[in-house]
Amino acid sequence: MQGIDIQPTHEYQGYRIRPGKPFPFGASLVPGGVNFSVFSRSASYCVLVIFEKGAATPLVEIPFRGMFAKAFTEEPVWGEFRIGNVFNMTVLGLDDEAIEYGFRMDNGLAPAERGKPAIHRFDPSVVLLDPYARSIGGRDVWGRAPDWNAPFPHRSRVVSDDYDWEGDRPLEIPLEDLVIYEMHVRGFTRHPSSGIDAAEAGTFSAMREKIPYLKELGVNCVELMPIYEFDEFENSRWDDERKCWSKMNYWGYSTIGFFSPKAGYASTGRLGDGTMVADELKSLVKELHRNGIEVILDVVFNHTAEGNEHGPTISYRGIDNSTYYMLTPEGYYQNFSGTGNTLNCNNPIVRDMVIDALRYWASQFHIDGFRFDLASILSRDPWGGPMANPPLLESLAFDPILGKCKLIAEAWDAGGLYQVGSFPAYGRWAEWNGKYRDAIRQFLKGDPGETGAMSQAILGSPQLYQGRGPTASINFVTCHDGFNLADLVSYNGKHNEANLEDNRDGANDNASWNCGWEGPTDDPSILALRQRQMKNAIAMLLVSQGVPMILMGDEFAQSKFGNNNTYGLDAEINWLDWTLRETHRDFHRFVRKMIAFRLAHPVLRSRDFFHYSDPAGRGYSDISWHGVQAWRPDWGGRAIAFMLNGYYAKGGTAPDDFIYVALNMHWDALPFELPRLPDGFRWRIFANTGMPAPEDAFDAGAEPELADQNVCLTGGRSVVILVGRSEAQ
Amino acid sequence: MGLDISVTQGADEAIIQLSGELDAAAAPKLKEAVEKVAEAKPKRLVFVVGELHFMASAGLRVLIFAKQKMGSGVSLYVIGSQGPVLNTLTMSGFHRSVILQDTYKPLE
Repeated sequence: MQGIDIQPTHEYQGYRIRPGKPFPFGASLVPGGVNFSVFSRSASYCVLVIFEKGAATPLVEIPFRGMFAKAFTEEPVWGEFRIGNVFNMTVLGLDDEAIEYGFRMDNGLAPAERGKPAIHRFDPSVVLLDPYARSIGGRDVWGRAPDWNAPFPHRSRVVSDDYDWEGDRPLEIPLEDLVIYEMHVRGFTRHPSSGIDAAEAGTFSAMREKIPYLKELGVNCVELMPIYEFDEFENSRWDDERKCWSKMNYWGYSTIGFFSPKAGYASTGRLGDGTMVADELKSLVKELHRNGIEVILDVVFNHTAEGNEHGPTISYRGIDNSTYYMLTPEGYYQNFSGTGNTLNCNNPIVRDMVIDALRYWASQFHIDGFRFDLASILSRDPWGGPMANPPLLESLAFDPILGKCKLIAEAWDAGGLYQVGSFPAYGRWAEWNGKYRDAIRQFLKGDPGETGAMSQAILGSPQLYQGRGPTASINFVTCHDGFNLADLVSYNGKHNEANLEDNRDGANDNASWNCGWEGPTDDPSILALRQRQMKNAIAMLLVSQGVPMILMGDEFAQSKFGNNNTYGLDAEINWLDWTLRETHRDFHRFVRKMIAFRLAHPVLRSRDFFHYSDPAGRGYSDISWHGVQAWRPDWGGRAIAFMLNGYYAKGGTAPDDFIYVALNMHWDALPFELPRLPDGFRWRIFANTGMPAPEDAFDAGAEPELADQNVCLTGGRSVVILVGRSEAQ
Repeated sequence: MGLDISVTQGADEAIIQLSGELDAAAAPKLKEAVEKVAEAKPKRLVFVVGELHFMASAGLRVLIFAKQKMGSGVSLYVIGSQGPVLNTLTMSGFHRSVILQDTYKPLE
């Protein structure tokens, strides 16, 4: 039987309405109409503004109020459609696909002056975006210049959340078994060499076409740089000389709406249909899952695109400025994010919004995990002080719907809080391990005395994560921030002139080494050394305990010409150049073999730290360290080796080979005396970065036997990886 | 421009011919037609869309509804899709869930 709440109780300019339901927030489809619900603690007046899609002027503005019968007297009185601090109203008979909507709010005070501090920033002249908008119009096609004078540039849309998942479920791959590929949706297929039709290039749907490539590479997780709605034109300016936009927001670390996929990343964006945009992303997730690939979103909850006192009023500040943002007592915006404002994440209202958003992505989009940008901000109290037990982080760690999602923190912020190793983890959170990156880079470039730090990195950083396990450590040599791999071995210093900030932006401390010449060169010996160093880095990353992450483009050595901060460049420098797959095919082959090697060997993917013991009496502890002499590591030099006993792989549940890895970052070749294997076992060579392809890496099962079973000569700046198994196997 | 629907029901298959625009206003009409042909339990449900000029997400949802309504034993064909309609099917990924053909040739 049909519900009895589909009849209007009021009418306004021909629109049939009734007081709505406060939950869920935002616009939701209900029988016969659309329910709208929005929170504001301080607004005294709220109006629903409905537009025909794309129209500049509203179709109708319906106040959240109507006549009610006064108790006892039946005398009619005005009353608000509001419960507590939540305005809510159902509009019946609305064509949800044909409209866009927003709100006007006021509390009777004079609007705050732009540039001046203020606690409240109500401005009834502005149509506000719904903080819970599931789809946002206004930037529907990437790079299409907007109407700068549009009074309502970011427009909330209604989304239908039914979708045919065809049985898809999140994959729930154990964290320790992931190989993460950090990537940019647009950059992945925007380059003409991607072979994708120009109209579709750079979109979710284009990425879906390229899933076979990811599968061939061997990664089982993609981490998408921000895909929440953002404005690529934020802070951009037209470069008249070069006839293009400069300083675009290409990376997207500046959220407009936390519930909405970026329309400009959808090939369906141009159709102006929010449901289709959402469905396109869902289809991508479904297809990735079908191919055994998980999806992690890089989410930006530390600030919004509204900037500081000088910024635009888009949504939050016009709804409840002092709830959504951390303010000084005078009403200035706190700036722990380095971008103008700081979202007030531990305010209970904002905390609920963050949790609602993540639950939405996990349940409606089947997202497998989240990486939180500048996550340390999420541990600050409403006044900016770091908390020992931050409620938001605790709530996320224990949330029932997010219960199987990966939670990964970028454990620092721009306000000086650095929590790598000390992020409030509740047994759930993993961290981008910045100290791993630093250790591996320093060891790689041949700094002396780094073997100790390197050994911690190999072990999954127990010095940081004792009690949490290696899965707390997301290991990376490069990420979107800083040099990529090709530049790490080609530049000593950053070269960020293209960013138009006089090379002041970006990190100065890169722990990089150019191998003898700054930038491009024809010198074959330098080029060979660079390729070897890249192979060394990939090898170190993929034999480390913890969770490896590879940056898009590094798998075939794409350079960014020394630019270590390419956030604002929507240009070839940031677009994956598919021709390099052929140019650097040997290196690309090596990367694929290394990923396959990791996934073939459970001993490289422990959930727990090694115990340095041999409880089953096999004659070898789970891990042992070696040097030029077996069993005698040199902790002061530039070379180290280790051996893993496969018997203890995954706590003894997944028997594996012995694995021996010699890491020689000395410029000279060194003979590594090999530990003696049990009778009947032989050492075989899986990889030797000192050898040219195809002898730099072999397929599992086809590794040639080492001629000399006692000594492994390891070339200067080279890594050798051996597997030891019994002839009977 | 509205939506014209013509249905031919055979022993094993139902052919639904569409022309015009399949938008939110027209979608319920198509849904009704799908429900009706489903009663005869055909093995193949065929949408001929060569004359369809536009399909909104409400329209796409009727196709998805049809697929779910008919169950996994029934094949769904979409015939002669082109231009914006084909775009809608491919961009949304729905083309992977149905059999897309230029002219109707039953596969079994």
